[in-house]
Amino acid sequence: METEFTPILSLLGGGLIGASAVLLMATHGRIAGISGIISRILPPRSAGQSLSQGLVFVIGLLLSAPIWVLVYGQSPVQTVSDNLPLLGAAGILVGFGSVLGNGCTSGHGVCGISRLSGRSIVATVTFMSSAFIAVLLLRHVIGA
Amino acid sequence: MKNLVTLIAGLMFGTGLILSGMANPAKVQNFLDLFGTWDPSLAFVMGGAIAVTMPGFWLVTRRAKPFFNDMFHLPTRTDFDKRLVSGAAIFGLGWGLGGFCPGPAVTAVPLAAQGTIVFVVTMLIGMVAAKYFVLWRDRRAWDLAGKTSKL
Repeated sequence: METEFTPILSLLGGGLIGASAVLLMATHGRIAGISGIISRILPPRSAGQSLSQGLVFVIGLLLSAPIWVLVYGQSPVQTVSDNLPLLGAAGILVGFGSVLGNGCTSGHGVCGISRLSGRSIVATVTFMSSAFIAVLLLRHVIGA
Repeated sequence: MKNLVTLIAGLMFGTGLILSGMANPAKVQNFLDLFGTWDPSLAFVMGGAIAVTMPGFWLVTRRAKPFFNDMFHLPTRTDFDKRLVSGAAIFGLGWGLGGFCPGPAVTAVPLAAQGTIVFVVTMLIGMVAAKYFVLWRDRRAWDLAGKTSKL
C-alpha cells in the first residue's frame, strides 16, 4: 500500500524526537533508548534499580496519541496489518533482538549515531539491512 | 519537577513519532521497500532527529553534570561482539516484518489496533525472554571462567 511522502512533517517530527533526547540527556544524563527504558521496567530487575522515571516517560508516550486526537479532532493516519500471527512473530523478534543488541532505532539509530558510537553505527547498519531483507522477502518473495 | 520534565520528554517523543509518520507501520515498511512502494520519509525522520541530537548532546554534555543526576550515563563500550550484531539482526527482521519498533508501537497502543496490541504484548514477552537469556549466558560464562581458573 502506498503512503504519502512527507519530508517536512517527517523532518519536524524527527526534530521533536531529537529535542526529547537532548532534554533527557540535559536533565537525567541518560540516552533516550526506548527499548532500554521499557525493558528496564520488566523483570528480571537488578536490586536498587529505580523504576519511576522510565514509567513516567512511557506514560508520556501513551498520552501522546490521545492528546493528538484531542487537539486535531482526528486519529493519526495508521495502517496496521491484520495478520496477527505475523505481528506476534515480529513482536517477539523486536523485543528479543533489541534487548540482546542493547538498543533499537532510538538508542542506536538516533542517540548512538549522534554520539558517533562505533557500536551503534554497526548495529544500525545491521538492523537496517536485515529489515530491508525482511520486507523484500515478505512483499516480493512470499507476496504477503 | 523531575517527573514533569520526564513526562514532557515522553510526550515530545511520542508526538514526534506520530507527526513524522513513524507510528504508521505501513510508512516504515514502505521506507524499507526499495523495489516496491518506496516512501523515503523515514530518512528525513532520522535526519531531523540526528540534526538536533548531535549538536544538542555535544552542548549539554559540556556541563559538569546533568540537572537531576550526579553524572552522565553514557555507554563506554567500543568493542563489537556477537551479541550486538546478532541482536541487531534479529531486531531488524522483526522491525521489517511488523513495521513497528518499540517507541512507535507503545505510542500507538491507545489507537487500539488489534495488530498493535498483539505486537506490544509479544514484544514485552520477547524482552523478558532476552533478559533471562542474557543472565543465563553471563552466569554460564562466569562458571566456566571460574572452573578454568581453578585448574
